[in-house]
Amino acid sequence: MSNVLGTERADAISRPPTSFEWFNDRAFRSLTFVFALLTLVAVLALVVDVTWAGWPAMQEHGVEFLTTSRWGGGHYGILPEIWGTLYSSIVGVAIGSLFGVSIAIFLTENFLPPVLALVCKNVIELLAAIPSVVYGLWGIFVVIPLLRPGANWLHDHLGWIPFFGTRLSGPGLLPAALVLAIMVLPTITAVSRDALAAVPHRLREAAYGLGATQWEAILGVILPTAKRGVYGAIILAFGRALGETMALAMLVGNNNVISTSLFSPADTLAAMIANRFPEASHTEVGLLMYAALVLMAITLIVNVVGTWIIRGTTLSGGVR
Amino acid sequence: MIPDVPEKLPAIPERPIDLPNLERSLRHPRTFISAALSVLVAILTILAIVPLVSVLYMVIVRGSQRINLALFTELPPAARMEGGGIGNAILGTALCVIIGAALSVPVGILGAVYLAEFSEESRIAAAVRFAARVLTGLPSILAGVFAYTLIVLTTGRFSAPAGGLALALLMLPIVLLTAEEAIRSVPQKMREAAYGMGATHTQVVCMVVLPTAIPGILTGVMLAVARAAGETAPLLFTALFFDYWPGRLLQPTASLAVLIYDFSSSPFPNQIEIAWAASLVLVVVVLLLNITAQLISRRSTPVR
Repeated sequence: MSNVLGTERADAISRPPTSFEWFNDRAFRSLTFVFALLTLVAVLALVVDVTWAGWPAMQEHGVEFLTTSRWGGGHYGILPEIWGTLYSSIVGVAIGSLFGVSIAIFLTENFLPPVLALVCKNVIELLAAIPSVVYGLWGIFVVIPLLRPGANWLHDHLGWIPFFGTRLSGPGLLPAALVLAIMVLPTITAVSRDALAAVPHRLREAAYGLGATQWEAILGVILPTAKRGVYGAIILAFGRALGETMALAMLVGNNNVISTSLFSPADTLAAMIANRFPEASHTEVGLLMYAALVLMAITLIVNVVGTWIIRGTTLSGGVR
Repeated sequence: MIPDVPEKLPAIPERPIDLPNLERSLRHPRTFISAALSVLVAILTILAIVPLVSVLYMVIVRGSQRINLALFTELPPAARMEGGGIGNAILGTALCVIIGAALSVPVGILGAVYLAEFSEESRIAAAVRFAARVLTGLPSILAGVFAYTLIVLTTGRFSAPAGGLALALLMLPIVLLTAEEAIRSVPQKMREAAYGMGATHTQVVCMVVLPTAIPGILTGVMLAVARAAGETAPLLFTALFFDYWPGRLLQPTASLAVLIYDFSSSPFPNQIEIAWAASLVLVVVVLLLNITAQLISRRSTPVR
């Protein structure tokens, strides 16, 4: 390896890699490749494993498991849990979206000085940091007592509306959905904030140049431009809400009924697995595995769709 | 990266410019609506912070009554017992989180190195990234189910390693995706300078890129630890709970989160108080980790 001029490279610091270093390089590359694959393997293993565990019960009970609501006496069904999961998630995400998207707009559209907006964003992110079991405890001792008088007043005066069909006697769907809304709000805010921040400034300036007020620009130009990211944020939040376990297990009431009332105790798939698993018999464990399989199928679909929608619309891809 | 521009931009009115209409006075409905909406989003933002304040207030007020030495050194009280603490739960949470971190941090960081440095945007890299994103959204209880069938059923007992594995699955995507972003944000010039000196790709990564990206990687690890420390669902039927001090590795292990869950529905005021005190400890740890992580990442990454 003599150089072009034919002189010795007496005190050059730079030199080509030795064969040992070259070998090291190959080995390290392979190592990182294996570890990257491990992530993929872990996810596949999880999917295969849960499917495998739920398979026997699925063979035995089939579709009946998804469409009936009895639990016990040889007949098992999780229709109330599927209903409760969807109902609480839809209510929670609807409330969370209203707040989340509003906050995202508030934080990106120059309402606040940049420093204050950053502080605000970080405080909202701290909402996601509080463990869900603490939200559950807070829900039991703060949210439920707070909601009860209003809920019962609504039932007494407007009880003919299906949503107010029962009294709120303790845990119920509404407190659970409210806490869910708080828990998904940071996800919605973070992802839609990224989407809004990615809207080119020229569009904004063009709208202002045409004489639009700030909100005409936001509602007419900026939100429509960022809508893909906002929809993705809502779908991802929906996926989180479907799988949220502890806060719901503590607040939803664990009642095996289907009710349209917001104040009725209900149950969700994740909460049912968490509550029944510790004292489940052998057959019940099999059934809970089937329920876990159903939960995984629903959340996988929602998550894949959400991840796919926001792909490319935000810098972080929906991960906080 | 630029989102689609909507096909229909607002139509331009076909009339001469109406100068009074451009005036920003609250008497004009357009301006008034705009101002009203601004106030509305400000109120919604403030309302969203109320739960955080309320949670912190409750946890501090109800939890701080029991903050004393006994809380950290004694075992949880049984029904009708007075006093007691959460010593074994703190140890158990630490144990599960350490096992989880030991499993997930190396995989996450080396995986991120592959994604950011060596993958050359291959299909496998896209698949790994997609898998990690899907994993962040998967219900945490499924990680518990996975660890249950894999470890609890095989070894025949509930244990801290089973809990640790479940937590590792939740920590992995956080570590991986934050580390990838941190590695990518290392300036290309630094890499090129190292290549120019004749360094191999591995030397560039180990001696230039990783040391530069450490603050970002650390942020991810801290966020992952914070998330894992508060997780309950994956521990419910992997680590289970244990009323005494941990002895052997392969036995049920207490944790703060499961203790809060168990005691939250207790009819005994003493156990409820312990649950609030445990929440305070947990919230303080988790918030400290999060705030430190935010500070580190703000100092190290340029504002985008």
